[in-house]
Amino acid sequence: MTKRIVVLGGGTAGTMVANKLARQLSAPIGNKEVEVTLVSNAEKHIYQPGYLYIAFNEKMPEHFVRKEKELVHRNVNLVFDDVVRIDSEANKLVSDKASYPYDYLVVATGSYPDFDSIPGLKEAAHDFYTLEGAIKLRDALASFEGGTILLTVDVPHKCPAAPLEITLMMEDYFARRGIRDRVKIVYTYPINRIHSLEPIARWAEPAFEKRNIIAETFFNLEKIDPERKVAITMDGEEHAFDLLISVPAHKGAPVILNSGIGDETGFIPTDRYTLKMEGSDNIYVIGDATNLPISKAGSTAHYQSETLVPNLISRINGISETAHYNGKVACFLENSLHDASMITFDYTHPPQPATTSELLHWFKGVYNEIYWLNVRGIM
Amino acid sequence: MSEPTVTESVDARGSYCPGPLMELVKTIKSAQVGDVIEILSNDEGSAKDIPVWVKKMKHELVYRKKVNDYWKIAIRKKH
Ligand SMILES: Cc1cc2nc3c(=O)[nH]c(=O)nc-3n(C[C@H](O)[C@H](O)[C@H](O)COP(=O)(O)OP(=O)(O)OC[C@H]3O[C@@H](n4cnc5c(N)ncnc54)[C@H](O)[C@@H]3O)c2cc1C
Repeated sequence: MTKRIVVLGGGTAGTMVANKLARQLSAPIGNKEVEVTLVSNAEKHIYQPGYLYIAFNEKMPEHFVRKEKELVHRNVNLVFDDVVRIDSEANKLVSDKASYPYDYLVVATGSYPDFDSIPGLKEAAHDFYTLEGAIKLRDALASFEGGTILLTVDVPHKCPAAPLEITLMMEDYFARRGIRDRVKIVYTYPINRIHSLEPIARWAEPAFEKRNIIAETFFNLEKIDPERKVAITMDGEEHAFDLLISVPAHKGAPVILNSGIGDETGFIPTDRYTLKMEGSDNIYVIGDATNLPISKAGSTAHYQSETLVPNLISRINGISETAHYNGKVACFLENSLHDASMITFDYTHPPQPATTSELLHWFKGVYNEIYWLNVRGIM
Repeated sequence: MSEPTVTESVDARGSYCPGPLMELVKTIKSAQVGDVIEILSNDEGSAKDIPVWVKKMKHELVYRKKVNDYWKIAIRKKH
């Protein structure tokens, strides 16, 4: 009987996994021993790190968007459908129009900013975590002639470095436009330093000081008054802004909440080494959808696929699973519009930012293009 | 002294980014007032940072102890 591998979600993780499986299982797929199906509800594939460059008008939005069907290997059975429920008892996905039975399921449904998480957020805040948000922010920044820009951060959110990056890039953006002296940039963070990782905080602090970026710590946003343009924090303090940029707390996909397999915010309890959903032997979770206490990043999904794909192939071949995910993540850290640093870390090795250089910024720009090979499962 | 019942335990061992304190900030938001949240962490920095955050945010530190090579830190949500 044909063994059915179903991948749910055609973002970074799901597309990469489906393509790698298709390439590495081409013989059994050809013999109809194995079938790889990718079910996704988005026909467009967006490279999300591009939002940062859209906001500063460095690249047009189209630069970061491709058609999903052009990225998917011919051996993958690609279906566009909005799955409403994962029925883990009956081993199938269910949508309004069809159901998709599986022997092995890979859940790659991502994470999403929740604009209802704070009263007033939807009305008052700009964001750079959605395509529409990045475009609107680009236009707001382009017509901004001076005043206070306040940046707020809530948890959890994907790409833990992005709030620092946008702040540092924004400083350079206004300096280049010759109006830096008219813009007060206020970066905030919920805990006692400007980033949860001490080495990253230490990396960014001198730049903040030198470039006159104001940092407020222990800043836990509670509500926003859009009329008065003030942000109100947990301690009752009011913080005025002319332009507010917020990173809202994220949730898992609605289908996870709907299927009763996630925690209260829709993230799936996942074994940190095998990437199996806790309590299941045939459901794997990858990328932002897990509840693992590590960065929600495309690179995380990439390194996880190097465990998940070989293990699935082993199972198809009747071999025990031998690959373990070691928690590896790699992130670039943009320091401006022309230089950057980077970090790598795993469960047992803390990160240490590399020396900031123009070369690393250039390399990030190159990665932004290489991504399209990466997601095809070629690299 | 008997230990309070832990409402939710978060295993943040191996978490460097976003890190155990950010896991706590996240968990405490969705908890009920009075809940006790326990964080497991092998990060020495967090063992110092968590009590500071808890005090500043006016929650309560229930315990902080080292077990083998990791920390067990429990917090009661006060408001
Ligand atoms: C501003 C910004 C900057 C970033 N910078 C970086 C960076 O520098 N480096 C880095 O590594 N990462 C970065 N990231 C993070 C990275 O983009 C994400 O972590 C990555 O996309 C996660 O991949 P994923 O496949 O888990 O989720 P996604 O790529 O979000 O994909 C989820 C997919 O699931 C599909 N889906 C969801 N629900 C259903 C359903 N019910 N039915 C069918 N399909 C469904 C969606 O359509 C989507 O295609 C950044 C993100 C942002 C927003």
